[in-house]
Amino acid sequence: MEQTLTLLSFGPDGWGDQIASGVGVTVSLALATLPIGLVVGFLLALAKQSDERILRMAAEIYTTIFRGLPELLTLFLVYFGLQIGIRQALLALGYESAMEINSFLAGMIALGVVFSAFASEVFLSAFRAIPLGQYEGGYALGLGKAQTMFKIILPQLIRIALPGLGNLWMILLKETALVSVIGLPDILRQAGIAARVSKEAFLFFGTACVLFLVLAILSSFVISAIERRVERSEVRV
Amino acid sequence: MSVAKQLIEAQLPPPELARRWTAARVTGSAVMALWLVIGVGIILFLVAEWDPAKIEKYAPNYFSGLQVTLTLVGISIVLGALVSIPVTIGRMSSNSVLSGIAYGYVYFFRGTPLIAQLFLIYYGLGEFRPQLQSIGLWGFFRDPWNCAILAFTVNTAAYQAEILRGALQSVPRGQFEGAQALGLSRVVIYWKIILPQAMIVALRPYGNEIILMIKGSAIVAIITVFDLFGETRRAYSRTFDFQTYIWAAIFYLIIVEMLRNLWNVLENRLTRHLKR
Repeated sequence: MEQTLTLLSFGPDGWGDQIASGVGVTVSLALATLPIGLVVGFLLALAKQSDERILRMAAEIYTTIFRGLPELLTLFLVYFGLQIGIRQALLALGYESAMEINSFLAGMIALGVVFSAFASEVFLSAFRAIPLGQYEGGYALGLGKAQTMFKIILPQLIRIALPGLGNLWMILLKETALVSVIGLPDILRQAGIAARVSKEAFLFFGTACVLFLVLAILSSFVISAIERRVERSEVRV
Repeated sequence: MSVAKQLIEAQLPPPELARRWTAARVTGSAVMALWLVIGVGIILFLVAEWDPAKIEKYAPNYFSGLQVTLTLVGISIVLGALVSIPVTIGRMSSNSVLSGIAYGYVYFFRGTPLIAQLFLIYYGLGEFRPQLQSIGLWGFFRDPWNCAILAFTVNTAAYQAEILRGALQSVPRGQFEGAQALGLSRVVIYWKIILPQAMIVALRPYGNEIILMIKGSAIVAIITVFDLFGETRRAYSRTFDFQTYIWAAIFYLIIVEMLRNLWNVLENRLTRHLKR
């Protein structure tokens, strides 16, 4: 028992600091991915409900590809593909250099792409739940297209999409664990290093699971707080 | 009073207006062109790198990997469905201890990453080798394949329990009460009245769960099970040829799209009595 506590403690004997820094990396990766995924997902949803057929098709291809590929494969495609692509581009320009892509950046791109594909579906179904009269009301008041979108549609859209986006956030948080495979020092990787050195695999992987669980519980508190805040504007009948 | 003296002859319809290049159309065409370039680029790349010797050497590996992936997912989904039944019963039970345990189980396996669960079972339980040997289970836990099946089964059981519970609770109470009023036994009520209606609701989530498992199963490659992704990684580490990953992507996309379409057909067929 005492030995277990020493192993988990902060300081030179324990792995506390390393694992805490892993938690920081996991959380910052998820937080850095979120805005990209949300913005791209929103744009994709706009494209999918456009009148222009070719724009709809282009967005559908994006969703089909990135919803169908395993996240781990997307991550490897981005990680190795970008490295090879940049090297070829540099060679074409006459530079000879091997560039290492940062695993944080690769994780951000891969997870952001996957997140946006799923988020676009959530946004799309939220768009469909908003009556046409809301747009017409906006135009009748003399608002432009952009103003109607940002001042009338978006506030309602967020309220409808929030539960779906909350689920996607939970999934994103769990998917960050995959980036440990390409060497990002997140919770799982730090736990794996600690497990290998100390030969206490069950303890450290168990700790990693508990930490992910704690993050999930904290997020659910935050999400329900946001939901309560957004509900204030709901029409009470 | 004026009277029309002659009829105006039938006219041709006005010429169709040229479709304007709106912002949406320009963006759409640009993105579509990009997709086309990428698609043609990938095909050209695959053609340029086409090497019969490599194909002959690695194609059988890919097919055996595909088989491993599908077997793994098939077994875990079926076993998970069996495990999910007691979990669902526990979750819906009025006994607070039982429902608490079931809730904890579901919360743990849905709240932590599958890859962490897999490591916990494969590396974590490996540490208890003497204890496992003494009860004769070491042979089971030594094999990464068994560990993968165990991890996937307990994980998908948690998700499937939630699907099943949601579906069962979506059936209106009146259905149960009506059946009771007819004097049917509980087994008959569940088997003939509640389950058929619940399964239609659960169909789509079950399909999504199978797709999620197929995509999630790629992580077994890390604990040295040679599934489709494992074979891909092995081929890449020997050839350093990027097309290995592109072939894997094509295979995964085909499986997932086939399943998705199969599910659309299934849903259309099974809900045809609900459409008017």
